[in-house]
Amino acid sequence: MLQTQLLSNHHFNFGRRGRDSSVGRAGKCDVHRLEEGPPLKAELTREQGLRYYRIMQTVRRMELKADQLYKQKIIRGFCHLYDGQEACAVGIEAAINPSDHLITAYRAHGYTYTRGIAVKEILAELTGRRGGVAKGKGGSMHMYAPHFYGGNGIVGAQVPLGAGIALACQYQGNNQVCVALYGDGAANQGQLFESFNMAALWKLPCIFTCENNQYGMGTSVERASASTDYYKRGDFIPGIRVDGMDVLCVREAFKFAAEHCRSGKGPIVMELKTYRYHGHSMSDPGVSYRTREEIQEVRSKSDPITMLKERMLSNNMASVEEFKEIDIAIRKEVEEAAQYATSDPEPPLEELCNHIFSNDSPLEVRGTNPWARLKSVS
Amino acid sequence: MEPFTCMFCAGLSYRWSCQTMMVRDALNQAMDEELERDERVFLLGEEVAQYDGAYKVSRGLWKKYGDKRIIDTPITEMGFAGIAVGAAMAGLRPICEFMTFNFSMQAIDQIINSAAKTYYMSAGFQAVPIVFRGPNGASAGVAAQHSQCFAAWYAHCPGLKVVSPWNAEDAKGLLKSAIRDDNPVVFLENELMYGVPFEMSEESQSKDFTIPIGKAKVERQGTHVSLVSHSRYVSHCLDAAVVLAKEGIECEVINLRTIRPLDVECIETSVMKTNHLVTVEGGWPQFGVGAEICARIMEGPAFNYLDAPATRVTGVDIPMPYAKILEDNSLPQIKDIIFSVKKTLNV
Repeated sequence: MLQTQLLSNHHFNFGRRGRDSSVGRAGKCDVHRLEEGPPLKAELTREQGLRYYRIMQTVRRMELKADQLYKQKIIRGFCHLYDGQEACAVGIEAAINPSDHLITAYRAHGYTYTRGIAVKEILAELTGRRGGVAKGKGGSMHMYAPHFYGGNGIVGAQVPLGAGIALACQYQGNNQVCVALYGDGAANQGQLFESFNMAALWKLPCIFTCENNQYGMGTSVERASASTDYYKRGDFIPGIRVDGMDVLCVREAFKFAAEHCRSGKGPIVMELKTYRYHGHSMSDPGVSYRTREEIQEVRSKSDPITMLKERMLSNNMASVEEFKEIDIAIRKEVEEAAQYATSDPEPPLEELCNHIFSNDSPLEVRGTNPWARLKSVS
Repeated sequence: MEPFTCMFCAGLSYRWSCQTMMVRDALNQAMDEELERDERVFLLGEEVAQYDGAYKVSRGLWKKYGDKRIIDTPITEMGFAGIAVGAAMAGLRPICEFMTFNFSMQAIDQIINSAAKTYYMSAGFQAVPIVFRGPNGASAGVAAQHSQCFAAWYAHCPGLKVVSPWNAEDAKGLLKSAIRDDNPVVFLENELMYGVPFEMSEESQSKDFTIPIGKAKVERQGTHVSLVSHSRYVSHCLDAAVVLAKEGIECEVINLRTIRPLDVECIETSVMKTNHLVTVEGGWPQFGVGAEICARIMEGPAFNYLDAPATRVTGVDIPMPYAKILEDNSLPQIKDIIFSVKKTLNV
């Protein structure tokens, strides 16, 4: 068991212009329109620590494997990788219940995993095989799971969807909440403010969450947003800014946020300060708009997985060997998943037109020419 | 079934023994019955609750069902359409009203990318049981930004069903089917039809009365030409048919009822009987409903039965003007249908 002062010796500084982006001065989250924020102390059990480590490391290795497969041209199209941001997905999942709901944008592989889909089904979806979580029909940006609504390709569109899911929770009186994630780029979308307005008016149990990784594609936050205090952009909605590289901070903040929503107080806006090591997508080297030094500095000083491991080691909660064992097991799992993803057959052509409509009788679909009359079943 | 003005019912309560109903009341009844039947159904949109609906289609529903089921939204189409789609994903059955479909353009990304495509993208995991409804096409004197017909735009997209009722019975039966459908349905009403009364059949009085989506109806039998139309222009076709009958030309009038999926078989059967095809719509000609019908007839067995090329009667290819004389001449009139039929028949 570890009782830890959050953020006591960690400052998250970066930025070419030397902007002070440190979060949680003396361990506190920045809050907006809140009397008090999440607790300054958190408890971490050994079991929890190893679990968070394992999950974050799995996401990390899965994303690096995807990078590899993409460069081998086994994955094609869009591929937006999440390495660096693992503490966000893992911290959130640690704070909410499986029966709660979550929706995000296209940088979604991490969340697909934390919401319950196996690595091999994720990789097989990326390689476009029938064993993929969406049978190869969705690809990187369109993976779904129970209480996980993707995976959405249109920037910002997932936020009103998330508010709608929260409306359904309220309507059904099931005490569940919805976490609706978006990036610093999407934070300026009009439909977000439309969602904030309705969520606040109707007190929807929606945790609007900005994963601020400092760059919307190649545009830094300073160049895109007149206000970069994304936790304040909800205006009349309370907000919290959190160190998104510290899995415990994220967890505690989201426990607080979920409680806020469940108690009927309405929505809340979260900002997670985080960082992505890769470029925007696999077609972006990620160094034309930021320096390699910056990336390296974050990696060496603020890596979420390293930080958790070091914290546990320095508190004698686990040994170096144990972490090594976990790493080996994960490497094996990811390797086997990649094997599966590269050997599983592609979806059968007979199923090309299926899944147009739900719960409908079979219909005929026009193919590429008038004689191509294809069959579609639900 | 022909429209007529019932002396007793026009303008008053529709629930009289002579069984006529205005289109708006048929829509109201459909929603009322479905709200009662399934507690997951709810209505949201601008002015649907306390205002009783911008066009009074939802009159009385808020009083009966309250704030939870009938929700007034701010004027934020993209936001509330997205909220409606999210609610559908999470287990509810929303009816999302657009005050007119012109405003749906602000929300079209949510309709197409979030609603229509999701069942396919998720390989059958995530259904989206939602109805988007509201008045479509031209009204009277509302000018260019408020008069567009969206039938062709929405019908272009796989994953959507697009329904376009004509009379009160269509309105009731098709809206009930749309609400019970587990898929996104775009339900195109017509403001000028809301106040038109129609006789309602015995079976349409039932709370379980539904009309299947995807099936057209032959409203009038004929032998010389097939007139294929949807929504308000079915009335125009029937009126033209009456005039043409006096000259010995018998028109078969088909009410499409559904734009997507199109009931091509019904059209083909008719064309194979009459050997002539004229389509009639309010929308613009290019890439429209009539264009699709002509292409489909070319590709099927009915082509060989055509004695003349198919003809499309459409709205004029311009933004809708305001002045009455200009507006009247921007849309198909009965005389245009009569003229086109005679040209097609070469008489």
